[in-house]
Amino acid sequence: MRYLLICILLFMTVACEQQEAVIPAEGDAAKPVHGDTFIEASIGEPNNLLPVLASDSASSDINGKVYSGLIRYDKNLQLEGELAESWEISEDNLSFTFHLRKDVVWHDGAPFTSADVLFTYQLYINPDVPTSYAEDFLQVAKAEAPDPYTFRVTYEKPYAPALESWGTSIHPKHLLEGKEITKSPLSRSPIGTGPYKFVKWDAGEKVVLLANPDYFEGQPYLHRIVYRVIPDTSTQFLELQSGGLDYMGLTPIQYSTQTDTPAFKRKFNKYRYLSFSYTYLGYNLTKPLFQDKRVRHAISYAINKQELIDGVLLGLGQAATGPYKPDTWVYNAKVKRYDYNPELSRSLFAEAGWVDSNNDGVLDKDGKKLAFTIVTNQGNDLRSKTAEIIQRRLKEVGVIVEIRVVEWATFLKEFIFPGNFDATILGWSGGPEPDQYNIWHSSKTAPRELNFVKFNNQEVDELLEAGRRTFDQEERKLIYDRFQEILAEEQPYTFLYVGEALPAVANRVRGIEPSPAGISYNFNYWWVAKSEQKYTR
Amino acid sequence: MMIPLLIGITLISFMVIHLAPGEPTDMQTDLNPKSSVEMRDRLRERYNLDKPLYVQYGLWLKQVATLDFGESFAQDHRPVLEKVAERMPITILINVLSIAVILAAAVPIGILSAVRRNSLFDRSTTVFVFLGFAMPSFWLALLLMDYLGVRLGLFPVAGLKSIGYDYMSSGMQVWDMAHHLILPVFVSAFGGLAGFSRYMRSNMLEVIRQDYILTARAKGLSERAVIYKHALRNALLPVITILGLSVPGLIGGSVIFETIFAIPGMGKLFYDGVLMRDYPLIMGVLVIGAVLTLIGNLLADISYALADPRIRKG
Repeated sequence: MRYLLICILLFMTVACEQQEAVIPAEGDAAKPVHGDTFIEASIGEPNNLLPVLASDSASSDINGKVYSGLIRYDKNLQLEGELAESWEISEDNLSFTFHLRKDVVWHDGAPFTSADVLFTYQLYINPDVPTSYAEDFLQVAKAEAPDPYTFRVTYEKPYAPALESWGTSIHPKHLLEGKEITKSPLSRSPIGTGPYKFVKWDAGEKVVLLANPDYFEGQPYLHRIVYRVIPDTSTQFLELQSGGLDYMGLTPIQYSTQTDTPAFKRKFNKYRYLSFSYTYLGYNLTKPLFQDKRVRHAISYAINKQELIDGVLLGLGQAATGPYKPDTWVYNAKVKRYDYNPELSRSLFAEAGWVDSNNDGVLDKDGKKLAFTIVTNQGNDLRSKTAEIIQRRLKEVGVIVEIRVVEWATFLKEFIFPGNFDATILGWSGGPEPDQYNIWHSSKTAPRELNFVKFNNQEVDELLEAGRRTFDQEERKLIYDRFQEILAEEQPYTFLYVGEALPAVANRVRGIEPSPAGISYNFNYWWVAKSEQKYTR
Repeated sequence: MMIPLLIGITLISFMVIHLAPGEPTDMQTDLNPKSSVEMRDRLRERYNLDKPLYVQYGLWLKQVATLDFGESFAQDHRPVLEKVAERMPITILINVLSIAVILAAAVPIGILSAVRRNSLFDRSTTVFVFLGFAMPSFWLALLLMDYLGVRLGLFPVAGLKSIGYDYMSSGMQVWDMAHHLILPVFVSAFGGLAGFSRYMRSNMLEVIRQDYILTARAKGLSERAVIYKHALRNALLPVITILGLSVPGLIGGSVIFETIFAIPGMGKLFYDGVLMRDYPLIMGVLVIGAVLTLIGNLLADISYALADPRIRKG
């Protein structure tokens, strides 16, 4: 589920470092109480509050509060039950049996049963439902609901990433069955089983949710959540400062300088932790220049990652060495690293035949200069800055780099998918599930598929297939460790950096406990002391 | 004459939009590790995007002929008309207010500048209105928001209503909304001041040079009567044309301005539609805009004829 990935990207993150912690006021600090309103902003208006149809982050944020899945990630990024009390995986790894909670009701009072889960599955695989999330569910061979509180799915072949997919929001059968899903009123006024109930949606303005008193894990403390639509991030930041917002993800510059004022610190706590996404310089491996591994190595050695982190992220990030976030279980810290070394870079270029034979400062071979173009998408300032810094460093070792910044749709259609590029700066976001089949497997190189650098490595293919079949975390660790070693050695991408999530939260909110999953995993237990509550109605 | 013109407009718009690379389905499925090519094809088929362009246009035209603009391709799948109707009132309100402010300020400025040509007042207002014209509205908006909104706390930063709006008395609700509208209306009016006031000034200058003004002065009328009774009325005539031309602008809205003030208006709707390649929505807004432009022109012509006897006879 991409919505899950986005949620994870936005909220659940690892390795927290809390800054300027609140010192609880004396007296009423001890016991959490209900009440107050929490105001967040979103850049865009939510598209659709039926999770099966939505894929934007605004909808996902809201749907994540209104709906629940069978399972979810806990604060240590391990799967735990949500609507399912427990689950079993069969001996042959082919089927999962979920035992559902018996005390769950929909927001309209109807009881939640396994029929709803079965219905949700059928909804996702229905060819008439325009969803982008069918893929995981199409792998299911058989789904059944033997009794109201048991749900079982069976797969054709073992498929480990599938377990995560049951974190999908469960849809209410009694309200959706037999109706045309795209016309359902629920897309504007959702009914779920989650901690917050939908109250109202003022188009283009705000969405209001209210704490659900019947929530199966107990009513959340914060009484109301308001999502305000504020399309401009500068405006969001001004609103935050004026007290019109209680939460905002900051940019590096906002985090390090613009919020470094006494006035801001009096009202907000800032947090930072690594996000589940990384930025890379990807090489088109069908181009003769980049088919030579020594050239890719030479470029990696010529790039100073720490300089990128300091210059672009203002130090709020870490060097990336592979596709996984440092400090997750799957991350392999022992892979080959490419620390900045222009001398080594030059000698690798020379080894590959690229030398400056006419002393014009540019490497050449057979009369051709060493030049290529980095293409990236418009609207991402961090990426174009990264490109410029790389351009300068490569010039120092004698490589001419041109930069093209192109509007997103054109960028994909004219450059990336037809393979009409030399190198590109892009980013991937992921989640705790380490499966990378769609990005690195050699079968995924058709137009529009994600292995657009056309990476093709027999051993990686086998590892990725094995990783999908294996459920045991220790065994998977061995597989993905080797996978990361090969990527580091082959350098189909130069993995650049992992950014940080930098949220600021109003400091009247208590109960925030940073953990490997970030801060939002325990949102239902955030609270505001009676005396500090800002909104009484 | 209006019908073929309208069809021409839609045909060109339709072609231009489809020339832009990318399709609505791309935006939903591209670079999404969890979506497949088959899924994309299924979406394309659903939206008729797999058919040749002329078939798509024909289907669209047939639908529009029954005044149905279709369903948005965005994930909310709502009727285009419903989405437009939701955004229209606030856009019209802000634009009407802003035109009223512009008129209220530009007409006196224009008259005085013309009457006292090259005086200190003329020169300083010229600088002032051109400042407004040259200043990027987003920059001015952010400065005002930061200074008046955040530092002094005089105005709300963005949005249309306070969070507690639903719990206010109706009098307070009106005040709350007006309070939120002051900055946006000021910013949007400030930029439009230059054009209008300069236009007014040159009209006035031209009229003052006419023979009938000389006649009026020769009759011994007071300067007041000459300017406000004889000159002003004639100088105001072209304003009708401008008002007619601004009818489509009433629903136009501005994306930058609406984005900054977090106002859910037409500009933002249209812009998002273009980014998402939401063809039915884009076409819907364009057709409504085209119809309003044509109607605006027609109305301007008619009222001009009503107001000015010279045109009726000519």
